[in-house]
Amino acid sequence: MLYTLFYILIFPGFLFVSCFGLLAEFIDRRLYARMQNRMGPPWFQPIADFIKLIAKEEVIPSAANPRMFEAAPLFALASCVCAFLYIPLWRAGSLSPFNGDLIVVLYLLTIPTLAFFIGGWYSTSLFSRIGSVRCLSQLFAYEVPLFMSILSCALLANTWSFSQVIAFYRAHPGLWLVNILGFGVSLVALLGKLEKVPFDIPEAETEIVAGVFTEYSGRRLALLRLTLDIELVVGAALLAAVFLPFGFCCGPLWGFVFFIIKVLLIIGLLSLCRTIFSRLRIDQMINFCWKVLVPVALVQLVINLVIKGVIIR
Amino acid sequence: MRDSNKFKIPIGPQHPALKEPESFSVALRGEKILGVDIRLGYNHRGIEKAAEERTYIQSLYIIERICGICSHSHSTCFVQAVEEIAALEVPKRALYIRTLIGELERVHSHLLWLGVAGHEIGFDTLLMYTWRDREVVMDLLALLTGNRVNYGVNTYGGVRRDISPEQAREILKGVDILEERTKYYIEVATQEVTIIQRLSGVGVLSREDALKLDAVGPTARACGVARDIRKDDPYSAYAEVPFSVITDDHCDVYGRTVVRVKELMESYKIIRYVLKNMPEGPIAIKAPRKIPAGEALGRYEAPRGEDVHYVKANGTEKPERVKVRAPTLANLQAVKHMLKDRYLADMPIVIAAIDPCFSCTDRMIAVGYVDSNKAEVINWEALRSYGIEWYRGKGIDFSKLNKEFSRRAIS
Repeated sequence: MLYTLFYILIFPGFLFVSCFGLLAEFIDRRLYARMQNRMGPPWFQPIADFIKLIAKEEVIPSAANPRMFEAAPLFALASCVCAFLYIPLWRAGSLSPFNGDLIVVLYLLTIPTLAFFIGGWYSTSLFSRIGSVRCLSQLFAYEVPLFMSILSCALLANTWSFSQVIAFYRAHPGLWLVNILGFGVSLVALLGKLEKVPFDIPEAETEIVAGVFTEYSGRRLALLRLTLDIELVVGAALLAAVFLPFGFCCGPLWGFVFFIIKVLLIIGLLSLCRTIFSRLRIDQMINFCWKVLVPVALVQLVINLVIKGVIIR
Repeated sequence: MRDSNKFKIPIGPQHPALKEPESFSVALRGEKILGVDIRLGYNHRGIEKAAEERTYIQSLYIIERICGICSHSHSTCFVQAVEEIAALEVPKRALYIRTLIGELERVHSHLLWLGVAGHEIGFDTLLMYTWRDREVVMDLLALLTGNRVNYGVNTYGGVRRDISPEQAREILKGVDILEERTKYYIEVATQEVTIIQRLSGVGVLSREDALKLDAVGPTARACGVARDIRKDDPYSAYAEVPFSVITDDHCDVYGRTVVRVKELMESYKIIRYVLKNMPEGPIAIKAPRKIPAGEALGRYEAPRGEDVHYVKANGTEKPERVKVRAPTLANLQAVKHMLKDRYLADMPIVIAAIDPCFSCTDRMIAVGYVDSNKAEVINWEALRSYGIEWYRGKGIDFSKLNKEFSRRAIS
């Protein structure tokens, strides 16, 4: 009982993932800044921002529905942290693995977007409403290629559970290289999920101020930002577990080091994408996702089916 | 709001996309723009009136502060008009120095624009890169004039600072760096996929519309209209400097970007030519304190387009009338046209594409009455009583406080 609480609240649960999230934000911002020929913030900047926001006054628009407005950030945060508990970190399986945890994680990662939509919609500001509608239309564009590419990986292993996916790729070393197309697709789709350039359309600063987050302030804005940071870590950890399934068999210490390296590598790739592209329009983004990402994900699916049918059997 | 699909969102007066307060009220259906209402007047500073209240020398410095980016454009334009009235023969070297500063200013303005455009389409990397390189030209301007923005280099009958051979060498060095960087930006702007996707086909203004709506500067030149005051009505040393007017027939924001980056290359050519062929001689002649009666129109190709200053002199040491028509005002009508049936996401870049300078262009407000079609200028007393009434309506009464203040002012 006590161990379970420790797992959920401290390590690798809420406290650890929050700290790692803030660290990830720092690394992302620092890399982004260095690639733009800037200094970038010091390491404690995300923590300082968080503390500052926590201390600030919180304003709730009088026209907003207070219950929904206040609940949305909590839902988003809770589902992100929850998703992290089911992702394998340093051994081939999470704390309580079960068959189908891969699907549950994907599902839990959808909830923050829905929570953003609800929060934005019920804050009743025009900017937030446009932002929340964009949030949802973007969800329909990136979610399908993301699911397809991640699940095609699991399809090859003939299972829906993380531990068996990892066990399968350990049994067939080198086979993870087959999924490189899917890795690319899910990286791009993850950019959409995390609302980062080129897919930061729901919070496009120069068009709709801060989109969904326009009316949020103080504590709840801090929670929302923490959610985005944690989502970054969870998304990167998910891709690391599925697409880079190695380093899980060399003990907790090295396994943990491998985990950190893999996650940081993915965060680095995301920052690179953020640096070299400009923001797309929502129609261009949806076109791109359905006309480019989905076909590529389909190709990955076909490749995996062929390999499964021909080579492995 | 009756039609549930239609709504209006306010872009401005305070909005992250706008660097100066200006109001664009956008009617939307979904993401599509149905119409835009542009309202000027948030930034009116009464500069024309202020210039009329001061002597010519004083108003020169006020005119220079119309704009922080094209300050040299405004001051040169004004000085040219006054010199025409006074029939001053400006020494050649002064004209060359004016041209040099003008082109350096164009370089810094276009680099600034490129960064802002990058920011508006969410490409902050371009902003950081161009603004870093812009520092080179800002440093050059500071070296030549002592200031980064308001150069204060013009005076009636010439310029106030000469250029030494060492400074000329520094400029050439800086221009070499900038030229190399600009080549890179031309490559980025014309080859980067997401930039092209965001820019091409956006904010289309046909050649006919550009002529009809009287667009100026790069906005017009990107529609294939070769309109450049430097060629059409040469001033300073432009009649002697070889350069080509860059035009483009894309007619969209992409075309405007191409025109601006290519104009940078032309500017480097002009700067090199001017430095090489700068004549010797005095840099200024003495101008009279009192300008004889007369009127003149100054025209100048500012980085954003044609700048027009009208000056009327009455033989005293103060101008009787000063009128400024900044390029943004000429292009603002085109913006409304360009935004029709576009997406909300295109709005920031279309507005930015004319390189707007709202404080240059801001006008006095005439209050129009909806029912009688009559417009009137609101005077100070009426505005004051309107303000008092407005606050009274909100339950705040300042009349006691006002009496208290006026009593104190008397005693």
